[in-house]
Amino acid sequence: MAKKPKVAFYWCASCGGCEEAVVDLAEAVLDVVAAVDIVFWPVALDFKVEDVEAMKDGSITVSFINGAVRLSEQEEMAKLLRKKSQVVIAFGSCSHMGGIPGLANLWDKDSIFDYYYHKGPTVQGQNGSEPLMKVEVPEGVLELPSFWDTVKSLDQVIKVDYYLPGCPPTPKLLANAVQALLSGKLPPPGSVLAGTRALCHECNLNESKPEKLLLKELKRVHEVQVDPKKCLLAQGVLCLGPVTRGGCEALCIGGNMPCTGCFGPTDEVKDYGAKGVAFLSSIVDFNEEKDIAKVLEKVPDPVGLFYRYSLPTSFMRRTLEVKRE
Amino acid sequence: MTSERFEPRIVAFVCNWCTYIAADAAGTARARYSPNVRLIRLMCSGRVDPQFVMSAFEKGADGVMICGCHPRDCHYNEGNYKTLRRYLLLKKMLSQLGFEDERLRLEWISASEPEKFRRAVEEMTEHVRKLGPVKENGGK
Repeated sequence: MAKKPKVAFYWCASCGGCEEAVVDLAEAVLDVVAAVDIVFWPVALDFKVEDVEAMKDGSITVSFINGAVRLSEQEEMAKLLRKKSQVVIAFGSCSHMGGIPGLANLWDKDSIFDYYYHKGPTVQGQNGSEPLMKVEVPEGVLELPSFWDTVKSLDQVIKVDYYLPGCPPTPKLLANAVQALLSGKLPPPGSVLAGTRALCHECNLNESKPEKLLLKELKRVHEVQVDPKKCLLAQGVLCLGPVTRGGCEALCIGGNMPCTGCFGPTDEVKDYGAKGVAFLSSIVDFNEEKDIAKVLEKVPDPVGLFYRYSLPTSFMRRTLEVKRE
Repeated sequence: MTSERFEPRIVAFVCNWCTYIAADAAGTARARYSPNVRLIRLMCSGRVDPQFVMSAFEKGADGVMICGCHPRDCHYNEGNYKTLRRYLLLKKMLSQLGFEDERLRLEWISASEPEKFRRAVEEMTEHVRKLGPVKENGGK
């Protein structure tokens, strides 16, 4: 019997949704399991770090790593898997661009600890204790991984061969990626394994998008009863489809929710947030400063809107001042 | 002492039809202004993608100016209106990212206003000089 390719899954700073995406392959997961050997998957299988350390370098065919990197432990594991794997795939928005955990880059370790362990409201009240990296107890020394000031995307820590975008990546994209790996028909290294055009191109509502899109008023999702047959932008709901990479088949829009940009920008765009600003500005149909400002009141948090998934990989990473309340 | 003074680096995106001509006229008239500003000529201020501004900051600019024709004066009719909208939104976003208000400035300067150009550059340089370099966190 031919040797099956070995596959590893690992999670860093993530919510677990990416693991769910693997399980969402449903019956197809059995085909995957039949075709490959899963050698490491902390969320589902009982392998230990020692088992990975014992493997020969390059013996894992492909490692799927999800989650952003913000702890020393995650960096160690990413580096270990990089050494043991031929191909590393950044799985999901967090490892691709930093993801939602990346918004913590508006603060740093001290300000985060200060709030959560000293100032923030809790049920029991704060008692002033905070996690330490090292503590001595009678039985010996206990250690915790260190917490960084900066949340990083996976490719800021190790070399990444491919990216599977999405929050989480769709089972279809995962299945395609596995298929490509098994057949050896891989795109050039560094590719994002999804569409290359903007989401609008594959959106079912694209036909109802007006030729010239101009808005006098933005509406937030809770303020409007969405017509499921009409382009959300035409209804005033801020959908980020025009600046977002396609490949998800407009799942959110199918559920009457606007695109929030989890697939990140297309290949040509370096900074998703800046492009988002350009996009939104171009559809506001006013020329006077006070009218424009009024429309933009509906965007109270541009960073949260446009960098929801990509702050660590933006141009602004770490050139910013840390907020201290 | 002067050598120890902080010399800010300022990038100015100027449009071909108004502000660049004003800058040229300022030069011809031998108006003196700070050498801290680096002009980048574009056909229209509407060409200024917010990515340019953020990229300038990333590459070490301490301040960025966007200069174009006055409203209703755009060579391409409405390029400067687009600039205005982008500027307002970008400014809001930059302030969230910890940038002080004065680091990004929008100025309408027509071809016949070299003095306004000189003044804007001088003011910008002084404001940014007071702010100092863009603060880096540089955390690990």
